[in-house]
Amino acid sequence: MSELTERTKKYLEEYDGPEIRIMEVCGTHTHEIFRQGIRRILSPKISLISGPGCPVCVTPVKYIDEAVYLALESGCTVTTFGDLVRVPGSSMSLAGARARGARVKVVYSPQDSEKYASEHPDEQVVFLSVGFETTTPSDVLAVKNAIRDGISNFSILTSNKTMPGAYEAMRRSTDAFLYPGHVHAIIGTGICSELAVAGTSGVIAGFTGDELLSALAVTVRKFSEGKPFWVNAYPRVVTDEGSPAARALVDRYMQPCDADWRGIGVIEQSGVELRDEYSDYDSRRKYNIPEFKTEYKTACRCGEVLQGKITPEDCPLFGKACNPEHPVGACMVSGEGACSAFYLYGGKL
Amino acid sequence: MSDMVTLAHGSGGSKTSELIEKVFRKNLGNRYFTSDDAAVLPRPEGRIAMSTDGFIVSPCVFPGGNIGKLSVCGTVNDLACMGARPLYLTCSYVIEEGFPIEELEVIAESMGKTAREVGVNIVAGDTKVAGRGQVDKIFITTAGVGVIADGVSTSGSFARPGDKIIVTGDIGRHGTAILLERDDFGIDAEVTSDCAPLWVPVEAVLKVCPEMHVIRDATRGGVGTVLYEIAGEAGVGINIDRAAVPVAPEVAGVTGLLGLEPLYLACEGRMVMMCPAEYADAVTAALSSCRYTEGATIIGEVTSDNIGKVVITTEIGGQTFLPKPGNELLPRIC
Repeated sequence: MSELTERTKKYLEEYDGPEIRIMEVCGTHTHEIFRQGIRRILSPKISLISGPGCPVCVTPVKYIDEAVYLALESGCTVTTFGDLVRVPGSSMSLAGARARGARVKVVYSPQDSEKYASEHPDEQVVFLSVGFETTTPSDVLAVKNAIRDGISNFSILTSNKTMPGAYEAMRRSTDAFLYPGHVHAIIGTGICSELAVAGTSGVIAGFTGDELLSALAVTVRKFSEGKPFWVNAYPRVVTDEGSPAARALVDRYMQPCDADWRGIGVIEQSGVELRDEYSDYDSRRKYNIPEFKTEYKTACRCGEVLQGKITPEDCPLFGKACNPEHPVGACMVSGEGACSAFYLYGGKL
Repeated sequence: MSDMVTLAHGSGGSKTSELIEKVFRKNLGNRYFTSDDAAVLPRPEGRIAMSTDGFIVSPCVFPGGNIGKLSVCGTVNDLACMGARPLYLTCSYVIEEGFPIEELEVIAESMGKTAREVGVNIVAGDTKVAGRGQVDKIFITTAGVGVIADGVSTSGSFARPGDKIIVTGDIGRHGTAILLERDDFGIDAEVTSDCAPLWVPVEAVLKVCPEMHVIRDATRGGVGTVLYEIAGEAGVGINIDRAAVPVAPEVAGVTGLLGLEPLYLACEGRMVMMCPAEYADAVTAALSSCRYTEGATIIGEVTSDNIGKVVITTEIGGQTFLPKPGNELLPRIC
C-alpha cells in the first residue's frame, strides 16, 4: 500500500467533521466499494448511499413485461446481457419465458446481437438496450451497422437512461454525489459545474480502490468547507468536453424522452429513444407492443433502497425471501445492485 | 486401422482389441496391464487412499493439456492431497462414434507420459463407444489407489487457528484457458492451463512438514471454494491477504474485463495447504524448488474469529468477506 493511500485511508477513518451522506450512482462503484471493504474503513460520520446507478436495478417491471411479450407473443429471439434474464416481470422473468419455449439468448455486446441477426435471417432478433451514457453509443452503433448492412430483422427495445435527470431527482437525498467516471468520460464535466452553481455537490471518481478512496477524501474535505463544489478526481480519463464523437453518434439516432426509473418513477427527459426515422429498428413500434400498466406488487423496497431512504437490511424480504438465488427485486438480481452487494459482502466483521 | 472410432470399436470384438493394442497398450502399457478381467497387484504396506473422478471437459484439447493429462492429474492429485503416493490407476473411456483415432492417440500418449512422470501405473481400463450425439467427443473416468506415508494425516477438518495458508502457484489459469478456448467472449489472450501432477511437490512438503494439517486440490470451484469448505469443516475463520494472492497478469486482465473473481476460477494443478506457522517457510521453500510449484506463496492464515467465513484484507487495507461461491461459473471445465 502506498504512503498516499495510507494517509487517505487514515483521514477517512478519523474524520470527525460534520456528518455527510455521499451517494454513488454507478453500479461498478457500488460493487468496488464493497469489494475493497471501503464502507468498513469510513468514520461513522460518513455514510454511503447506493443510488440508482445500476442499469438493471432501475429497469421498470413493465420493460421486462414488454421483453417477455416479444419473446412469447411476437415470437422474437430476445438477446440480452445476462443480468436481465432473471429480473422478475409482473407475470414472469425472461428465464420463465425461456422455460416456456421462448428464444432468449445471452450476448456480450449489441454487436453480437446484430451479427446473430445477420446469420439468422429467418428470426426476428431483438436486443434489450438498457444502460446509461456509457453503453448507449454501442447500442446505437449496432443499429447503424444494421442499417449499413441492410439487416431488417434486427431491432432494439430501448430503456436507455441519462444521468443528469437522476442527479436532479436525487439531489435532495444526498449531501454530495460520487459521480460515475465513465459516464462523465462521455458527457464531460459541464453538468457538474452547473449542478454546483445550483447548490448540488459532487466529485467525479475512478474505479480502483485508490481512486475511490481519494475521491471520497476530496468529497469529505470539500464538504467540510461548507460551500457547494465539484471536482474531477478522475482526470486520467475524464476531460471537460467528454466525448463529442460518442454524443454526436447518439444524437443522430436518438432523441430525449421521459423515462420510468424502477422504484423512483418517471423522470422527465431522463432517457433516450430512437428517432422516428429509425422506427423500423425500434422493437416497441415495430411489433406494436401494447401498453403494460400492471404494477408488480410485493413487499420489496428496492425503490427506497435506491433513494437511500433505507439500507437493504431494512427491507423485510432481504436475505430471506429475496436472495441472489431467488431475487425478488432488481437490486438483488444484478451483481452491481445494492442489495446483492450487501448480501454478498455484508455482515458484521 | 481406420482413422476414426466406430461403434465396432466398442463391441468387444476384434476392433476393440485392435484399439486397445494400438492406442492404449502402446501408450499406457506396464507389467500389470494384462488382457485378463482384472489387474492383480501386490498389496502395499500401510494405509491406502482411494479416489475416483470423471472428466468431461470441453474442448477436450486445450492450451497446456488435454482430457487425458487432466484425467491422470485429477486422480493423482486427489490421492496426493491425502499424503498418498499414487500407485495404481484405472481408466474408463466413453468415446463418441466418429472421434478421430489420431486425437485419441494424443490423449492416450499424454496420459502415459503423465503417469510415468509420477510413477503411477495404469493397470486396468474399459472402452465404450456411444453413438453420435450421445456424448460430446470423449469422457474419461479414472480411479486410483495410493499408499499413505507413515505418520501423515491430512484433512480439511484439521485446520487450526494460527495455521498459515499456502497456494502452490498462481491461480485461475485452467478456468481462464478453457474460457478463452471456447471463444464465447472474443477475447484474444494467451493463457495456458496449470494442469499438472503434484505428487512430487507434495512428497517434498511432507518431508519437511509431516504434521501438515490440510492439503486440498483447488479444482472446479477454485481456491475460494476450497477456503469456504475448510472454514466450515474445521469450524475456523480464514483471513486472506488479497495482495499476496498470485494471479498472472493475463488472467487478471481477463477476469477484470469479465468481472470474474480469480479466487473462484478453476485450477487443475494448484493446491491449498495449511500448516502450523513454524513450518510455513520450509514448506514454501520445498515447494519453490519443485517443478509446477515454483510460484508457491503464503496467502493468509487460519483464525479463531469469523467462524465459517473467509475474510479478505484488500489491496487498500480494507476488510471484506469473500462472497460465498455461487452458481457454477462455467460448465464442463474438467
